[in-house]
Amino acid sequence: MNDIISQARSLLENKTVDIFIGYEKGTRGPRPAFISKSEDADKLIFDESCSGNLAVYLTRKDLTEGKKVGISASYYALKNLALLFDECQLKEENLRVIAFSGNGDLKLLQSAEEIKQHVEGMPAPVNPAVEEQIRKIEAMTLSERWAFWTEELSRCFKCYACRWACPMCYCTKCIVEVNRPQWVQPWAGTLTNIEWQINRVMHMAGRCSECGACGAACPLGIPIYLLNKRMADQVKENFGKPGEEGNVLSTFKPDDKENFIV
Amino acid sequence: MNNIYLPYLMTIEKITEEAPGVKTFRLKFKDEGEAQAFRFKAGQFAEYSSFGEGECTFCIASSPTREGYVECTFREAGKVTSALTKMEEGQTMGFRGPFGNTFPMDEWKGKNLLFIAGGIALPPMRCVIWNALDTRDNFKNIQILYGAKSVADLVYKHELKEWEDRPDVKFTVTVDPGGETPDWKGEIGFIPSVLEKLAPSAENTIAIVCGPPIMIKLSFPVLDKLGFKPENIYTTLENRMKCGVGKCGRCNVGKMYVCKDGPVFSKEQLDTLPPEY
Amino acid sequence: MERKYINRHSLMNCLKKVQADGVSLYAPVARGEQTDFRFITSVDEISFGHIQTTRSAKAVVFPCTEKLFSYKKEKNDVKLRDYDADELPDILVFGIHPCDAVGFGPLAGIFNWDTQDKPYNERRKRITLISLACNRADEYCFCTSVGGGPGNTEGSDIQLTPVKEDGYLVEIITDKGNEWYEKYGSFFENAAEDIRKEDYLVEIPVKFDMEDIIRKVSGVFENDTWRLQSERCIGCGACAFVCPTCACFDIQEDAHGKTGNRIRCWDSCGFALFTLHTSGHNPRPKQSQRWRQRIMHKFSYMPERLSVVGCTGCGRCSRACPVDMNLSDNLKMLNLL
Repeated sequence: MNDIISQARSLLENKTVDIFIGYEKGTRGPRPAFISKSEDADKLIFDESCSGNLAVYLTRKDLTEGKKVGISASYYALKNLALLFDECQLKEENLRVIAFSGNGDLKLLQSAEEIKQHVEGMPAPVNPAVEEQIRKIEAMTLSERWAFWTEELSRCFKCYACRWACPMCYCTKCIVEVNRPQWVQPWAGTLTNIEWQINRVMHMAGRCSECGACGAACPLGIPIYLLNKRMADQVKENFGKPGEEGNVLSTFKPDDKENFIV
Repeated sequence: MNNIYLPYLMTIEKITEEAPGVKTFRLKFKDEGEAQAFRFKAGQFAEYSSFGEGECTFCIASSPTREGYVECTFREAGKVTSALTKMEEGQTMGFRGPFGNTFPMDEWKGKNLLFIAGGIALPPMRCVIWNALDTRDNFKNIQILYGAKSVADLVYKHELKEWEDRPDVKFTVTVDPGGETPDWKGEIGFIPSVLEKLAPSAENTIAIVCGPPIMIKLSFPVLDKLGFKPENIYTTLENRMKCGVGKCGRCNVGKMYVCKDGPVFSKEQLDTLPPEY
Repeated sequence: MERKYINRHSLMNCLKKVQADGVSLYAPVARGEQTDFRFITSVDEISFGHIQTTRSAKAVVFPCTEKLFSYKKEKNDVKLRDYDADELPDILVFGIHPCDAVGFGPLAGIFNWDTQDKPYNERRKRITLISLACNRADEYCFCTSVGGGPGNTEGSDIQLTPVKEDGYLVEIITDKGNEWYEKYGSFFENAAEDIRKEDYLVEIPVKFDMEDIIRKVSGVFENDTWRLQSERCIGCGACAFVCPTCACFDIQEDAHGKTGNRIRCWDSCGFALFTLHTSGHNPRPKQSQRWRQRIMHKFSYMPERLSVVGCTGCGRCSRACPVDMNLSDNLKMLNLL
């Protein structure tokens, strides 16, 4: 515990970073904390319970623009940092990352390459409940699946917590807010909710770290994360791991198959 | 109970092209009874709709002294204004209003009026100008200073000429440097500097200022220098609105709702409000 | 105020009778780890075991998405069909807590400020509210800090307080409650004189002085605390959408060729684009300004303009927040300024 405090404190004292984004004790569990004075660093915590995804704050201009930022990153946050680097959303010189290393110690990471290598060597957290849910849905017939998602998504009231909790949803104007033309109807309703989530999943194809922040953020407990997880699995199956050859839907290569177009 | 969201149906009687992307619609009530019952005062606004596209907020640009119709002037900018731009004379659109407060023209009786407007902000002022000119005896000197980016961007070109020709109006028109044409006879310069040059007297005078935020921001100090007191300077605010009746929650500036407490505010009031506009 | 008694068995039978009489029942229903309000088909669905539902009951008067009127375009003409109140059912809202019942006050304040909102009022007048006083609470509850309480009867037509394993003390509060009781009185018994309601209510500690908060918040528009508090806010609408008093909305067009509907749908002052002008100018471009608006609206603007505080202490915003923006903690912090 002392370790995150002393590491963050020294980053702030040395002026290596202007702000440190970590976790503090919250109402029922850890919550994000923003530390800009070294003397406030002692409220930081960083342990297994800090499994959220703080990477979401790094693209928030009103928080980080023009600042050097330190961040404590869990496994999935590291994956997102790597993805954000791939999408040119982060600058190495402005970022210091504190991550767990294999023996439980903390490690300071300073470059995209270091982050990628480090996360590569980390074991992915296992979530048997999610695997189980996916198996259950896969076992359904198409009409059962449609019924399942229709019922789940009929409850969505479009608070967009899923979008705002996602580090990869950094667009300043989302497709659901664009109105010339209006691609997705902006009010809540079963059909428009399904449209919205399908759009989101498509936009996440090959860009999702599978962190589950979207599902965790949903105040209504809609398991939207399953959609992204399934999409991520499909992308891996068909195109390899994200980042290896650029993003699936936004990378053009001369030898791309085009036979599906005509 | 009336449904405050149900618009009046209006026929577009006349469309005038004012400037690139800027049009004026003259609207007539389809229902004679509604037309008879309709009243508004200078400064109020309305929600105009294109069915199938949505609603948009503009001031009422015609004067309440000109009965039988209302006019609005708008620039094509977003989803609804683009749809309105494509509409034709004879078609039907929606109109909800009038909403908001009014310019206190009764209190201005016996005073000089100084109008300062920039660009597409002339429409809210045009309503007051014609109201004042149609009740000319109520006021002493009337002075108008209007400016736009370029000659092409000036709106109500015929009316500008009319105001210029009237002996009972002191009229000045200006365009931003570089916006003039070879035969331009008006002033060249930004409104605040032209205002400083004109140096109108603050004595017994009400100043009404409408324009883009930067114009307003730079004109206020000039008025202050000329001796205008904050309670004698008026402007209208614009904030994003949906309902127009104080419920949808987006137009407030601090505790004041532009749709209910405004859109007309004196500078004295503005000085007490946070900068949320 | 008249006091009665009803046991669980009679209560369920009474609700069945209400339903058989053609009244829609809106009640809390458990689903996995959450409990939420919805229209029920069977009274057996009603949850009695929860502390708080995820959403408030406001959707019953202010639906998430609602048609305001319809139009039909015919050549150059347009035909309008007004909001159809005749289609609205009579509704019994059962099992809301006092913090939700009292929430209809601020909603009425907003929807009836000078002009009356027809959809809201048409729905509201068809609704009877039977609340359930609280014998349990959690650390997010703070109704007692905003003028409410676990047995507060304000806003309820009838209130039930669980007083025994299977029985409720019944208080008939309003004329509407009385009319309802007259219709269904046969299910009720007289209450024993010695039942003291307050013995059965949960104790909810007072966290702050509301008058202090109102005074304080009204005077701190420019203060760095807003930025510090809002840093972790991700700008979603979860807090607003679960809130019993948040009523911000958007108006949209649901167009289908020549016909369509004008729609009202929930919106939130926390959304970045909520106040964005078409020109690109945004009067509240930062999350800290939007957080300030949310707090100021509830604790300064509403008390001053509508004479009602925009918070009932239900704690839903804090429970629903993905990043633990605990409202009562933040209010306490503001009070220390």
